Amino acid sequence: MMPRLRFEWLVALRFLREGRMQTVLILAGVTGGVAVIVFLTQLITQLQATIIDRVLGSQAHVVIRPLEEANARALDPAGSSAIVEPRAQRLKSVDQWEAVMRAAAATPGVVAVSPVATGPAFAVRGQANKSVALLGVDAERYRRIVKMDDNMTRGRFEVEGTHALIGIELAKDLGVTVGDKIRVVTADRRDEQLTITGLFDMGNKDLNRRWVFVTLKLAQSLLDLPGGVSNIDLAVSDIFAAKDVATRLEAATHLTVDSWMTTNAQLLAALRNQTVSNNLIRSFVTIIVALGIASVLVVSVVQKQKEIGILRAMGASSRRIMAVFLLQGGMVGLVGALLGTGLAITLLQVFSRVYRNADGSALFQATLEPRFAVLAALVALVVGLLAAVIPARRAAKMDPVQAIRV
Amino acid sequence: MRPAIVELQGIRKIYGIGTPVVTKVLHGIDLRLEEGEFAALIGPSGSGKSTLLNLIGLLEHATAGEIAIAGESATELDEVALTELRGRNIGFVFQFHYLLPAFTALENVMMPAIIRDGSPTPRAEADANELLAKVGLAGHEYKKPSQLSGGQQQRVAIARSLSLSPRLILADEPTGNLDTHTADEIFALLREFNRERGSACLIVTHDPRLAGRCDRKIELVDGDIVGSHEIAADADR
Repeated sequence: MMPRLRFEWLVALRFLREGRMQTVLILAGVTGGVAVIVFLTQLITQLQATIIDRVLGSQAHVVIRPLEEANARALDPAGSSAIVEPRAQRLKSVDQWEAVMRAAAATPGVVAVSPVATGPAFAVRGQANKSVALLGVDAERYRRIVKMDDNMTRGRFEVEGTHALIGIELAKDLGVTVGDKIRVVTADRRDEQLTITGLFDMGNKDLNRRWVFVTLKLAQSLLDLPGGVSNIDLAVSDIFAAKDVATRLEAATHLTVDSWMTTNAQLLAALRNQTVSNNLIRSFVTIIVALGIASVLVVSVVQKQKEIGILRAMGASSRRIMAVFLLQGGMVGLVGALLGTGLAITLLQVFSRVYRNADGSALFQATLEPRFAVLAALVALVVGLLAAVIPARRAAKMDPVQAIRV
Repeated sequence: MRPAIVELQGIRKIYGIGTPVVTKVLHGIDLRLEEGEFAALIGPSGSGKSTLLNLIGLLEHATAGEIAIAGESATELDEVALTELRGRNIGFVFQFHYLLPAFTALENVMMPAIIRDGSPTPRAEADANELLAKVGLAGHEYKKPSQLSGGQQQRVAIARSLSLSPRLILADEPTGNLDTHTADEIFALLREFNRERGSACLIVTHDPRLAGRCDRKIELVDGDIVGSHEIAADADR
């Protein structure tokens, strides 16, 4: 029985089936190409996401700080010159921080705000003393900025009274653990006895050595910021919109507003370069795949001259002959995309098992985002069709008599 | 006089115009073929037989002259209209190797109907089965041309040319490359369809024996018709 397909599909499928070796080779080419593209895209997207995740794992997307203090001459008579010395920056509070925080929270794209009072201090126990950064936070708000719950190795991310959370490296340096007490001293000799209620590991030794979380109130009194905060941390919904949010907030508040994108400009530039090289590889692979499809179809048109002539003599218009070859290109592209996506998933699984982080966890997930599969299928379909245009036009232009006489 | 299926007036065909090698193939052919006529086109190699057949079959354009098929002038028609006119009226029987190798005998016979209807229909399949049975190929429907003998392939080609019940069958050496016995059978088949369905036939042949069994013999020499004889009705048919 003949399948009840349209003439064009019928002939295209039969031509593909008949030219078995060619079809297998061309499919292998498309499959390989699509697999490389999908695999690379997924891998790089994931690795980049992991890197950004790591970077943002210990910092806010956007930070609002007071303006830096600068010396300026009150009068500037013409023709005079002066040396204006830079001023030492003292710790000071964000002016009207509650109003600023409310305004920031109402800004579109901002999903969380957290006031932080932070400044330098020493952690002392017996003979040992270490310089640390005090972070006075509202735990409830702060955990929405930095996912501290995931970093806790002991205890929970909660602070109250004179409780403190310290990093595992500081705990080691001071020889303390949960339940022990340490003393913190600031430069102007304010001090407080703190009870350690939790340990955290930020995945960064420096932070594990320096960060000490206490309540906002305690930090305010130790750092001499009564009722004030040194900065306001924000989380945004789209991390790559952080820069725009920062710019908007800066204009609205007239304060210093930095996004993670500015703070990590070098990292971003590196990621961008990686994306550019990935795009280059993808473009070249796409072009090579297209050339492969086109060359196989050109050969096929020459081989099928006689059949094309017969079909034309039996009343098939040149447009339908063209459609036959376009369909072949499209089908090869689409089927190759499906197979290539399958191969990419296999590659991801194999490589995620081979390449592991220092701690033995997988460097990347062996999953494929559906959007990449869909994108690959669309691109392969379009490339297949475009690659088939030249062969298809050749086939359509073929004079039936010439074709038959071969 | 019966109505004409083919009318040619002053047909000229020149190949290679504008190139160093200009070949004049046909020099002003006038020809009228009636409905239901069974004619042989004979002549030595290079006399322009195939070219004339291709022109009548609307596969090639004449350099000059008028062509009408079934009373419809083809001179001014564009590609699409020509294809349509050809599909409606003309069936081709080429030498036996002009079957589609990728398709079965049944599919080859169905192909003109598939092209006309856009896709295979049960009707076309039934017709094709009937035609194949008629040409003695029942049981060979699902074989590819490569699995059939030369004679069988030519029967498939005839069945295919008849699949749309054309008013004109053009056969280019339908019995070339076949042994005498098989050639006779193929010829008899064409004759049978000519009688049963009233399809006019124009057969290009080298075989004087077969040409003598047609109603009319049209002789082409060096691009001119040098003779057109009615053959006596009592001749071997």
